[in-house]
Amino acid sequence: MTDTQAAKPIPVTVLTGYLGSGKTTLLNRILSENHGKQYAVIVNEFGEIGIDNDLIVESDEEIYEMNNGCVCCTVRGDLIRVVEGLMRRPRFDGIIVETTGLADPVPVAQTFFMDDDVRAKTALDAVIALVDAKHLPLRLKDSREAEDQIAFADIVLLNKTDLVSAEELADVEGLVHAINPAARIYRTERSGIELERILNQNAFDLKHVLEDDPHFLDHDHDDHVCGPDCDHDHHHDHHDHDHDHHHHHGLSDHHDVTVQSVSLRGGELDPNRFFPWIQSVTQNQGPSILRLKGIIAFKGDDERYVVQGVHMIIEGEHQRAWKDGEKHESRLVFIGRDLDREKLEKSFRACAVQN
Amino acid sequence: MKSSRKASGPARSRTDAERSPLDIDDHVIATAFLGGVPFFATAGGAVHRLDEGEKVVQAHDGLLTCVRDPFSQTLLTGGEDGRVLRLSKDGSTEELASVPRKWISAVSGGPHGAVAYAVGKETRVIASGTSHLFTEERSVEAVTFAPKGLRIAAARYNGASLHWVTGTAPPVELEWKGAHIGIAFSPDGRFLVTSMQENALHGWKLDSKLSAEARHMRMSGYPAKVKSWSWSPRGKWLATSGAPAAIVWPFSGKDGPMGKAPLELGTRANIMVTQVAFHPSEEMLAIGFIDGMMLAVRISDGKEALLRRQGKGAITALSWDEAGQRLAFASETGDCGIVTISD
Repeated sequence: MTDTQAAKPIPVTVLTGYLGSGKTTLLNRILSENHGKQYAVIVNEFGEIGIDNDLIVESDEEIYEMNNGCVCCTVRGDLIRVVEGLMRRPRFDGIIVETTGLADPVPVAQTFFMDDDVRAKTALDAVIALVDAKHLPLRLKDSREAEDQIAFADIVLLNKTDLVSAEELADVEGLVHAINPAARIYRTERSGIELERILNQNAFDLKHVLEDDPHFLDHDHDDHVCGPDCDHDHHHDHHDHDHDHHHHHGLSDHHDVTVQSVSLRGGELDPNRFFPWIQSVTQNQGPSILRLKGIIAFKGDDERYVVQGVHMIIEGEHQRAWKDGEKHESRLVFIGRDLDREKLEKSFRACAVQN
Repeated sequence: MKSSRKASGPARSRTDAERSPLDIDDHVIATAFLGGVPFFATAGGAVHRLDEGEKVVQAHDGLLTCVRDPFSQTLLTGGEDGRVLRLSKDGSTEELASVPRKWISAVSGGPHGAVAYAVGKETRVIASGTSHLFTEERSVEAVTFAPKGLRIAAARYNGASLHWVTGTAPPVELEWKGAHIGIAFSPDGRFLVTSMQENALHGWKLDSKLSAEARHMRMSGYPAKVKSWSWSPRGKWLATSGAPAAIVWPFSGKDGPMGKAPLELGTRANIMVTQVAFHPSEEMLAIGFIDGMMLAVRISDGKEALLRRQGKGAITALSWDEAGQRLAFASETGDCGIVTISD
């Protein structure tokens, strides 16, 4: 074990997706493609992974509620054990956790924040959700898990695009976007994707979060994957704070979507108002919040402040200096259920610098 | 030494007399003496021993746990290769069980060659050639035989389960909310203690005359998880890691530590204790720290002796020889050795 290994946390990628969404195909790609890297893979069952590799570990999903009175503070006990074991023999470049089709991704992610030993040696890199483009509408009807997986993801692979028409694909993509406007979406066939687009993403690293996404929460940004058939409404007006932002676009068309997102946008904020506010929101509404991400502009601060959270866990730090000409704007998105949009918007506006 | 602590030796001990450094290129999980020979078990699965020179046996492809069998002169190991092994003083190994594709991270030794290990939700016991299987509702995190070896205890989510190894008596289920990840009986068998995911210990008085409520013992306030503990020779004290001092709970009364404050020994500012090991016959505690430093502290007056200044990494294992004259230590960075304490 060398000092550099001890110093640099091992990235962990969480792979979610309903049965038949293409997780195993993607895992096989990761394990067999010639990329010169070694990945330890934690699976629930060896199942169809046809590759013999001593870095594949079978682990029984074991969810532990932390005994601290917080119902959403859950971790995966089996992952703590396996990751600790793996980290004693660091002979790989990353860890990939495959969850079962019905798994809740939250305890998996929280394990990497809430267990001190795991947290010291690893860093959650990104949560990837695979979505079967053909069957997603059906899945949303019969399960809440499929929706949770999308809502919680940093990256969504809209897979099996060859099995649907261009129209269906646009609809499904609209659905995914309605559930999670902050996720990056890639269209794939047979889980085919350049691995550098999904591994080593630093999606939970505050130094990197949103860094490469100057149009975070803008719908019509350059790397968005909307095709020519995209019928999303692109009428967003950044300067009109009274209007109802379009983030829940399509929600009314999709009765099976129960996750909502609330995007907030404002100018410079007063830190003495913002911090107590975000603490109170996550403390009181934590169970309703699946993910939150944001870039905050504080009055008189020449650096961008970034925050991200999972349920009641919230982290924030200065990220980098505002660039010349960059608009000092605060943007925040909550993804969850039973969020009080009006109250959030109102209380967020109250964090603005008072003239 | 960085702190202003004075290093003065316990009355009978002088330290620094002899040191035998051993550098292993691996994380060392456990150390133990078998008949005077020190053993060092590594995460990679190699077990080193100093027996007229360094000798190595590759026991597992990935070793997860290694404990000394309290009933014999052997070690018991579990690995990523799904095997449970018994390792003798001469380095020979005997495979006791093999569960392909499962990690074995909990083993315990019982009387007459009995062994217990955990696989998923099952506690499995092999005693007198017969296999016994006890299924819990949740994953078994740790197992241990009771001092007399007639019962096996399993730590699990929301408590611990006690099973009679033979016979048909129903198990005793001890409930306490939360994830229990380590388990140990007091040497006299009166108490059962677990370590928990949330930086605390829980204990039960096993006297069945008490009400369920009166049996609980809560020991909390640790800044980190308790990963190492050690009972004093007659079970009067339980020393634990998980804080920047060894936290030593008094267990001499019938109520154990309830209503009493623990001793804090070897306190250092923000430097965590990672390992503790009581001397086999005296109330003296060896303490290993996260920076590789080691102290010996006498319970009666709190006097400290410096055993090792610092190392490359955290101390991961400490073990005294049977006579209490040599202390083997190991670390996560593989710098191991033996400190001899002379009269």
